[in-house]
Amino acid sequence: MSSPASLPAAARWLFPVLAIAVAVVAPPLMNSDYLYEAILLPFLALSLAGVGLNVLMGYTGQLSLGSAAFLAIGAYAAFNINLRVGLPLPVTIVAAGIIAALVGVVFGLPSLRLRGYYLAVSTLAAQFFVQWALTRFPWFSNDSNSGVIDAPTLSVAGIHFVTPLGRYYFTLTIVALLTALSARLVTVKTGRDLMAVRDHETAAKIIGVPVLKAKLVAFAYSSFVIGVAGVLWAFAYLRTVEPDGFNLDRSFQILFITIIGGLSTIRGAFFGAAIIVALPLLLARASSGLAGGALDSGSLDMIQRIVIGVLIIGFLIAEPDGLAALIQRAPNGLAGRVRPRSSPATR
Amino acid sequence: MSTLARTAVSYRGAAEGDSLSPARPGSRASSGAQGDGAKSASLALEGVSLSFGGVAALRDVDLAFADGSITAVIGPNGAGKTSLINVITGVYTPDRGRVVIKGRSYSRSPTSRLASLGVARTFQNLGLFKGLSTFDNIALGLSFAARSTIVEQALGVGRARAEVARTRRKTDEALEHLHLESYRDRLVGSLPYGVQKRIELARASVAEPHFLLLDEPLAGMTMDDKVEMTAFIRSVRSRLGATIVLIEHDIGLVMSLSDRVAVFDYGRKIAEGTPAEVQADQAVIDAYLGVPHADEEA
Ligand SMILES: Nc1ncnc2c1ncn2[C@@H]1O[C@H](COP(=O)(O)OP(=O)(O)OP(=O)(O)O)[C@@H](O)[C@H]1O
Ligand SMILES: [Mg+2]
Repeated sequence: MSSPASLPAAARWLFPVLAIAVAVVAPPLMNSDYLYEAILLPFLALSLAGVGLNVLMGYTGQLSLGSAAFLAIGAYAAFNINLRVGLPLPVTIVAAGIIAALVGVVFGLPSLRLRGYYLAVSTLAAQFFVQWALTRFPWFSNDSNSGVIDAPTLSVAGIHFVTPLGRYYFTLTIVALLTALSARLVTVKTGRDLMAVRDHETAAKIIGVPVLKAKLVAFAYSSFVIGVAGVLWAFAYLRTVEPDGFNLDRSFQILFITIIGGLSTIRGAFFGAAIIVALPLLLARASSGLAGGALDSGSLDMIQRIVIGVLIIGFLIAEPDGLAALIQRAPNGLAGRVRPRSSPATR
Repeated sequence: MSTLARTAVSYRGAAEGDSLSPARPGSRASSGAQGDGAKSASLALEGVSLSFGGVAALRDVDLAFADGSITAVIGPNGAGKTSLINVITGVYTPDRGRVVIKGRSYSRSPTSRLASLGVARTFQNLGLFKGLSTFDNIALGLSFAARSTIVEQALGVGRARAEVARTRRKTDEALEHLHLESYRDRLVGSLPYGVQKRIELARASVAEPHFLLLDEPLAGMTMDDKVEMTAFIRSVRSRLGATIVLIEHDIGLVMSLSDRVAVFDYGRKIAEGTPAEVQADQAVIDAYLGVPHADEEA
């Protein structure tokens, strides 16, 4: 799916337009706060984080295990900007994203020398450093207990987004905008540079692709998007967060979203996030239905980990291009056309 | 035309068995090298040596490529041909010696500036971007010239607008030249080998380089592909006036296509001259061409 040209123009627009239409119209019909609080808000925030990681990992080929650190940076930066500077919310969100981007560039510097596993290990440094710093220095959480912060009320130009539905629309707007921007980015010249770096760094360098710049742009942009996702996670979804919520597990969650959804596809992040968010809920339902609630939360958690593990391995082996490719191929297969699988370079 | 790659290797094996010294002194042809006299060379190697551990890939190589000429670099497997291109493009840093590009001499070729210096290359084992379409692969050959910012690109305004139009025009021209139109939007990873070779040549030539370094561009191609490719290499030279360095095992083709031939063996340049001179050179015959039927057009 990395070739934007592989879909006819009409089909390329159809999916996002339909998706947004459904996202705007359908949820209010169900009129359930649970839907927003437990499903749609985390789904949107995680999808956006998946989009951000995909720009770095799927499109640029730079493995990162520190995504949660950038969620945290976005969240805590927005908290502090709001507390200490007092800017309008949209400006606060952009500024928080920019701070995440700057930190992302710093932790992206090793990518200029390191590749693959070594780079992954250096992104782990971001994960542990940020979590440590947020716990260690009370300034970041305005001296609150163990780094817990409470989100301010979401309001833009006098309009308050307090209800779950309001926070949902607020989140949807930002996610849609940044997703559109990301989809655009990967089709323009810079996006092509990113993919060239991913597929053959030496060749890219020789033909004059600005490899170093491309890598830093990818780290910056990816961290920006994940940082904004972090603001949404903290301000719109949870409302109260602590550094511990942005741990390595969270980083892996975003990594899995990207892998299950499909590398080098923007829409894949939404498919991946849907699975990751829905799976625990479905399992809980299934256990109370089938086993009559016999399973305690510990074993449920275990089952969930096993299922996700199996999914990941299954996708890595059978469909490295993820759910997005599966879904795209379905109608094509019916029409008798089998699309050749795309690049192995991103696997 | 006779493809001698494999036979040449086995021949060298035989030569070693006959205890001929691998390191022979320079030949007559190489001493009278600058046959075309006054022609200047803006691309040259001066005293370049390169080794990997104990293996000497290049030994004190002096080689100048006359402007606008096609120079074939031939030699058995492992002779150092690819290493030569890798030194020119800065993939390898030579242990000694310098690379001269457009009057400037480098101890390490400036890889990331090569495109703007007008140097382009292809890879023996393909250096394509497998997850991208044919169009995108070729368009990337123009990436170095872009000046637009990301914001301009995202909004499609300013310099980005003009660049997109120029990229599309140039890329479509290159697609047409190499008869690649029907593959335009296909991912290159899934295309036949010969087509990928053509795409790589299109990518290398789309920016109209002054120097084009081709590492076995015809290897693994069908006869029809080879004929087409040869015609294209000629047309690049006549259209762009480019200086072409061509590594090739197909001797018949080398003799008909090139103005000059440099012969390598064990990292040493053992001969250099016109195709006729090189063919008559005893050291070359011993090392490489002395395979039965070498002169026949099969
Ligand atoms: N990166 C490397 N590491 C170690 N040895 C190398 C490397 N590159 C080249 N060599 C060695 O240097 C010598 C010259 O290799 P080179 O690839 O330049 O030969 P070649 O003439 O291109 O051969 P072929 O016709 O097989 O492509 C060989 O002995 C090769 O094994
Ligand atoms: Mg070679």
